[in-house]
Amino acid sequence: MFPKPIEKQPRAAQITYQAMLPLALLLWLGPLLAVALFSVKPAADFTNANYWGMPSSFEGAFNYGQVFFNSDMPRYLLNSFLITVPTVIGAVALSCMTGFALGIYKFRSNIWIFFMFVAGNFVPFQILMVPVRDLTLELGLYNTKTGLVLFHIAFQTGFCTLFMRNFIRALPFELIEAARVEGISEWRIFWYVVLPLMKPAIAALSVLIFTFIWNDYFWAVVLTQGAESQPVTAGITSFNAQFRAAYQLMSAGSIVAALPPVAMFFLMQKHFIAGLTLGAVK
Amino acid sequence: MTAAVDAPEQESWFHRNQQRIAPWLFLAPGLLFFMVYVIIPVFQSFNLSLYEWDGLGAAEYVGFRNYENLYWELYDRDAFYISLKNNLIWLILYLAAIPAGLFIALFLNQTVWGIRLYKSLFFFPFVISQVVVGLVFTWFYDPTFGLLNEFLGFFGLGPLNVLGDERFVTYGIIFAGLWPQTAYCMILYLTGLNAVDPEQIEAGRLDGAKSWRMLWHIILPQLRPATFIAFVVTIIGALRSFDLISIMTQGGPFGSSRVLAYYMFEVALSEYGFRMGYGAAIAVILFLIMLCFIAYFLWSMYREEKGH
Repeated sequence: MFPKPIEKQPRAAQITYQAMLPLALLLWLGPLLAVALFSVKPAADFTNANYWGMPSSFEGAFNYGQVFFNSDMPRYLLNSFLITVPTVIGAVALSCMTGFALGIYKFRSNIWIFFMFVAGNFVPFQILMVPVRDLTLELGLYNTKTGLVLFHIAFQTGFCTLFMRNFIRALPFELIEAARVEGISEWRIFWYVVLPLMKPAIAALSVLIFTFIWNDYFWAVVLTQGAESQPVTAGITSFNAQFRAAYQLMSAGSIVAALPPVAMFFLMQKHFIAGLTLGAVK
Repeated sequence: MTAAVDAPEQESWFHRNQQRIAPWLFLAPGLLFFMVYVIIPVFQSFNLSLYEWDGLGAAEYVGFRNYENLYWELYDRDAFYISLKNNLIWLILYLAAIPAGLFIALFLNQTVWGIRLYKSLFFFPFVISQVVVGLVFTWFYDPTFGLLNEFLGFFGLGPLNVLGDERFVTYGIIFAGLWPQTAYCMILYLTGLNAVDPEQIEAGRLDGAKSWRMLWHIILPQLRPATFIAFVVTIIGALRSFDLISIMTQGGPFGSSRVLAYYMFEVALSEYGFRMGYGAAIAVILFLIMLCFIAYFLWSMYREEKGH
């Protein structure tokens, strides 16, 4: 193990390390903790310039209550879910198939199609912006959740294909050959042999895509406009305009908006990290 | 009766060619989506950059005039080159996330009590949306109550209006961006460190290699795959920087924090009217910059594939 395990070092080093851990964490998360502190303060603290002292009263319930019952925030959150969940299902379903096709079959254009998915996944969003916005307008899907979902599915298929294909490549190929000898059709091999083995990859990708799509801001701004279809990342700017200078409410709103992917990360940590670091180890 | 005779005939044709047809059937839906929404739009943007178009009326073919206007900055003074320069600053400074992530990973790669929770909490900034990161850092930099100025005031310095000062604004935003990016690199390195061969470390220790030499000669070579991915995601992240700029400064003050990605958005969908062709030209330039890196990534992947 590198660096040298701390247990094998002098007692003084161990104590220093144990003391530094929480300090470093406090420093690292400082800006975020500040927002959390803001979100439980009463409005009066800000007019009295009591920014960093103790809250003069604990108003967490009131502030978060305002966010949930007196603003469009629940609407935005619901939109975010209605955009994110179908995207996850769609992108994972499509990429299970493309990943299977590129991972199992040998045909001449295989590697070029694979590279096309990879390259497309890296292009700057701006080069897609005008044509995608036009296409969405023409389909009559501008300012709808469906329009956003369709684009997200298509774009995420690039990354998901890269992921699935590499995962399937690492599966034992003998399984598929054995099934073929038995005369099982290709579709059944996909459904009954390969898909059950892909469960960990599906879990990892789902968590990752959930986070990516939940946190998307650019496409939300380009393809949607009002509270009826905007997800929370775009909605929070209107929210902040509504509560201008009410820092306690803006802070509470930010925390609420950030929470779902955070919860997802903590619940599915193992899958999340497995997905993120695929390929980081040989 | 004929149907019963025909059916096995057809089935057997499909059966015989199944392994050639199957991949295309599996690819069809994903490929179709990806073509329509990603690949074709890239070419459409190239085409559009040769036109002048307000998004509503008829598009007028203008050849390379959009590019000439960019080159001479005829429309917006001090916009294109400042954006380009800022993109370069982003590209270079964003790479600091890689050594910073490695440093934190080395710091956390221990097995003391509760370390798992520490690792998760250090990873936290990557999970929250860039919009929230932008808001958090806007308040962090705030000249009246921001933590930064509280801190500077402690040493008798400041106040400093980071986001309102043309000299500091881009660096301030990049610093905010480094926060989640460092967390990402950290997690890549933590996974990489987990897989480092313990025997080599022991051998190095027996040879009396000191920490730094050990890191450089034994650990880092084994972390190469992690470094490669960290490099890829950091470069892409730097060139995609849009959310933070949009939230923190909207390109200001006086356009001094714009990057090409933001400038393009502003031109194509601003309140001052839509200049789609001109925007497309900016997007094409950004795309060409990215293409250099994409080509390099694909080249590395290609060599890797051949190696197997």
